[in-house]
Amino acid sequence: MKYDKLVINAAGREVPVIINGEEHTPFMGVGKYRPKGRKHAPPIATCADYPDDGNKMVKDIKEALIKSGLKDGMTISTHHHFRNGDLIANMVFDIAHELGVKNLRWFPSASFPCHEHLIPYLEDGTINRIEGSMNGPLGKFASEGKMKGLGVLRSHGGRYQAIQDGEVHIDIAVIAAPTADPFGNANGIHGDAACGLLGFALGDSQYADRVVVVTDNVVPFPAIPWQINGNYVDYVVKVDKVGIPEKIISGTTKITKSPDRLLIAELTAQFCETAGLIYDGFSYQAGAGGTALSIGNYFGDILRKNGWKARFIRAGSNKYPVQMLEEGLVDYILDGQTFDLEGVRSMRENPNHVWTSPFTSYNYHGKGNFASMLDIVVLGATEVDLNFNANVVTHSDGYLLHGIGGWQNTLFAKTTILPIPLFRDRIPVIRDEVTTLCAPGEMIDVIVTERGIAINPLRQDLIEKTKNSGLPIKTIQQLKDEAEEICGVPEKAELSDEIIAVIKWVDGTVIDSVRRVITKQ
Amino acid sequence: MSANFENRKQHNMNKKGTAGNKGKGVKSDCYVEFEPLESGGIHIELNSKVEAYYGNSIRKLATEILDFFEIKNGRLLIEDTGALDFVLAARIEAALKSVTKSSKEFLLPQRRENKLPSKKDAFRFSRLYLPGNSPKLMINAGIHKPNGLILDLEDAVAPDKKYEAGYLVRNALRSLHFYGAERMVRINQGNRGLNDLKQIVPHYPNLILVPKCESADDIQNVNRVIEEVKQQHRMDAPVWLMPIVESAKGVMEAYNIARSADNIVAMAIGLEDYTADLGTRRTAEGTESFFARSMVVNACRAAGIQPIDSVFSDVADMEALAANVKVSKSLGFDGMGCIHPRQINVIHENFAPGEAEIEKAKKIYLAFKEAEAKGLGVVSLGSKMIDPPVVKRAVTTIELAINTGKLNKDWEKD
Repeated sequence: MKYDKLVINAAGREVPVIINGEEHTPFMGVGKYRPKGRKHAPPIATCADYPDDGNKMVKDIKEALIKSGLKDGMTISTHHHFRNGDLIANMVFDIAHELGVKNLRWFPSASFPCHEHLIPYLEDGTINRIEGSMNGPLGKFASEGKMKGLGVLRSHGGRYQAIQDGEVHIDIAVIAAPTADPFGNANGIHGDAACGLLGFALGDSQYADRVVVVTDNVVPFPAIPWQINGNYVDYVVKVDKVGIPEKIISGTTKITKSPDRLLIAELTAQFCETAGLIYDGFSYQAGAGGTALSIGNYFGDILRKNGWKARFIRAGSNKYPVQMLEEGLVDYILDGQTFDLEGVRSMRENPNHVWTSPFTSYNYHGKGNFASMLDIVVLGATEVDLNFNANVVTHSDGYLLHGIGGWQNTLFAKTTILPIPLFRDRIPVIRDEVTTLCAPGEMIDVIVTERGIAINPLRQDLIEKTKNSGLPIKTIQQLKDEAEEICGVPEKAELSDEIIAVIKWVDGTVIDSVRRVITKQ
Repeated sequence: MSANFENRKQHNMNKKGTAGNKGKGVKSDCYVEFEPLESGGIHIELNSKVEAYYGNSIRKLATEILDFFEIKNGRLLIEDTGALDFVLAARIEAALKSVTKSSKEFLLPQRRENKLPSKKDAFRFSRLYLPGNSPKLMINAGIHKPNGLILDLEDAVAPDKKYEAGYLVRNALRSLHFYGAERMVRINQGNRGLNDLKQIVPHYPNLILVPKCESADDIQNVNRVIEEVKQQHRMDAPVWLMPIVESAKGVMEAYNIARSADNIVAMAIGLEDYTADLGTRRTAEGTESFFARSMVVNACRAAGIQPIDSVFSDVADMEALAANVKVSKSLGFDGMGCIHPRQINVIHENFAPGEAEIEKAKKIYLAFKEAEAKGLGVVSLGSKMIDPPVVKRAVTTIELAINTGKLNKDWEKD
C-alpha cells in the first residue's frame, strides 16, 4: 500500500497517515508537534571486528555493498555534495541491479538531472522509491505516477531530523569524499574533486547501520580535517573518479544580468535598509540564485556605505560571499554547501569560512539551530497564495520541479523575504491557492516583485517602518490583480486525486500531498 | 512530369503564412503558421508552454480572429512560449494576412492611458529602444522608468520580419503597459516608413522618431502622412517628431531640419551611422563626433527644441556610460538613447543637476521671487545682477531636480 487513511491536517490539506506502510503524523501547526521518546541509534560496534591497523579498504564498491549485507528492501543513502557532478549514486544502483537486489529505498540528500540514469531501476523495481528531492527527469517520472512507492520530500533539516528520530532507518550510507584515509576519516576540502564540505552526510555517518566512504584520493592516516569521522565508517573504497567538481557550479550561481531580476534585487535591498533590518552585526542567508546573489551584493554596498560589518552569512557560498569575507564586510561564513570552487578554496584557506551541517543549522529536533537566529533570509518560490502560503517544489502545472533544500528550515529567520517575478512567461506567481503547500503563510513576511512589495499583515512592524518611504508597497491582492490584468486569469491545472508524494514539514509531520499529473495521450 | 506539376500547383495553392519566433531562448512569444484550405473547416493546433492555464483562452482568441476575418477553412498552428494576448493576436493576424487578402484590422481594446497625449516639453533624458519584433523585451520595459519607450521598426528588426513587426508594434501601442513613459515609435526610412505611419499613427503614439533624416523634405513627407491619418481618424492628439540625423549631410542640414515643423520637439544624433559616413570609427573619447554633436546641440537650441545624444553601446560598462553622459551634458544635450534598462538610472543620475547646481538655482529662484514680490525689475544676488535667461535656467534646473528626486517638490516651504 503506497498510502492510506487520508485526513485533513491543520493546514487544511488532505494527507495520508499511512505512507509506504508506515504511520506518520499529519501537520499540526508550526511548533505544535512534540516528539516523544529517544533518538534512534545504530547497533553498537566493537573494535574486535575492525582491523587494528585502521585499514578498512576493500576492493571496490561492490565488495563494500556485499560486505555491508545489501539485500532487498534496504535503504541506501547518498549525498549531493557534487550536485550535478555526482557519480557514485549511479554506480551503487548499477551494482544493486547487477546483483538482482529489489525494492530498495533511495534516500539521497538531493537528486539531480545526472540521476536520470536511475529511471530504468525505478521501472524494474530495483528502486522502489526516492525519498528526497526530485526534479528534472526524475521529477517528471514521479509526477506522472510511475514510481512504485510514494515519494517523500524533506528539507535538509527534516532529513537530519528523520534520521535522528528513527523515522528513516538507513541500512547503508555511501559517502562520496574527495579525500579520505584508510580508517575512513574524510573531507571535501582536499583532493582533485574537492567540493568543500560533507555536511549532508553527517547524520548518515552517525546513524546508518553500515557506512561506506568512497574516494579517489586516499591519504595516509590522518585525513585532516575529518569532516566525516572514521570511527563511524565500516569500509573505504578507492575509485578512479569520485565526482566532477566543476559541475557543483550550477547555472544559477552567477549574479543575474536580467534587468528585471536586478530591479527585484535592488528593491529587496532597499526594503531591508528602509525597514532597519540591516545594521552593524546583522546576519543573513541568501541562496545561490542569480537574484539572491545580487541582493547579497547590494547588502555589501549598504554595509560599506555605513562602515558596518555583518556578523555572519549563512550560505550556500560562492565567490560573492567569499569576496565579502575577504573584504572584511562579514566576520564569518557559516557554510552548508559550496556552490563554486572559490567557495572551496576559501573554506580550505580561511578559518572564518566554517563548514556546518544540517544538524547545527537546520535540525528542528535539537536544542535550537542557527537558522532562527538569522535576521534576514531571502528565498525563491514557485507560487504564493493570498494568505502568503508558499510552494517551492511543484510548478503550477503540478510537476515536481525543485527540492525543498534548506528552504523550509530558514523560514524561521526573523524576516523571510521572497523576491520573485510577478509572473514568469505569462504564468502568475500569486495564486488563489498554492498547488503544493510547503510553508504556512505565517512563516513568510515579505514578497518583493518587480511591480511592488507585499508585506504580510502579521508584520505590522514592517508595514509601519516602510510607510511613506516611497517604496512601492501594495497588498498581495493588488499584486495578484495586477498580474492577472496583464496575463489574464489562469485556469487551475487539473490534477488527479492520486497521491504520488508527500511533503514533510521540518518536524517530520506531513504538510501536504503531491498529486499525479494528468498526462495527455 | 505531370505529377510534379500537380504537386507544385498544390503547393502554391497551400502557401503558408507564418509569423513570430520559435526556438531556443524564445519566451513570451509565439510562432504561428496558417495554411488556407479549400474545405474541411478550421483546425487549430496549439502547442503551448502555458496550456494548463491559458490553453482554452488562446484557442478562443484564435477562433475569434479567424471568425473576424471570415476564414472558414484552414489549418492554424500556434507554438506558444507564454505570449500575451496582444502578441498572439498580432502573430495570428500577420500570418493570416500574409496569405489572405483583407483590409480589416483585428484590434484588441486600447488601454485608456495609452491614448493620453504627452507634453511638448516633457523630460526626455532617457529613451529605451525596444526591438519591434521582440515581445519578451517589451513586457517589463516600462517598470524601469525610462522617460520614453521606443518601439523600433527600423534597425532592430530584420528585413524579413518587418511585416509582422508592424502588427506587433501596433498592438503594443494599444495594450502594453508603458508605466508613464512616452510612447515612441521609430519608423523605417523612406516609403516603408510612410507606410509604417499609416499602420501606427491611428493608435496614438506620442512621438515618431524619423531615422536618417537629411532634409526638411523628409519631415514634410512624414507630416503629410500623419496629417492625412489624423484627419481620417479624427484625431486631435499631437504626434511629436524627433528626427535623427545620422549622416554628414544630415548634420549640415541640422538647423533646417530642426525648425522645419512645429511638432518637432527634439532632434537626436545617431553616431554609429554618422561615423561610418565619415569613414571613421566611434572612439571612447568621441573626438570624431565633436563637431556633429555640437552642430546638433546648436541647431536644436537655435530652433528651441531638445538636443538628444546617441546611444552608448557597451551595456556592461556603467562607469564608461556615466562618463559619457557627463560629457554629453556638458556639450549641452538634454538626453540620450539607451539600449538596456540598466542604463536608464545611470543616465538620469548623470543628467540630473548636481547638488551645487541645485543650491545655486534655488538661490537665484528665491532672489527672483523676492524681486518680483517687491516689484523690482532687476534681480540681484549679492552684488551680482541676474539676467532673465539665468533665471530661466534656474527654474529648469529646479524642475529637473524635483523630477529626478533630487529635490523635494515642497522645498520652498523648508
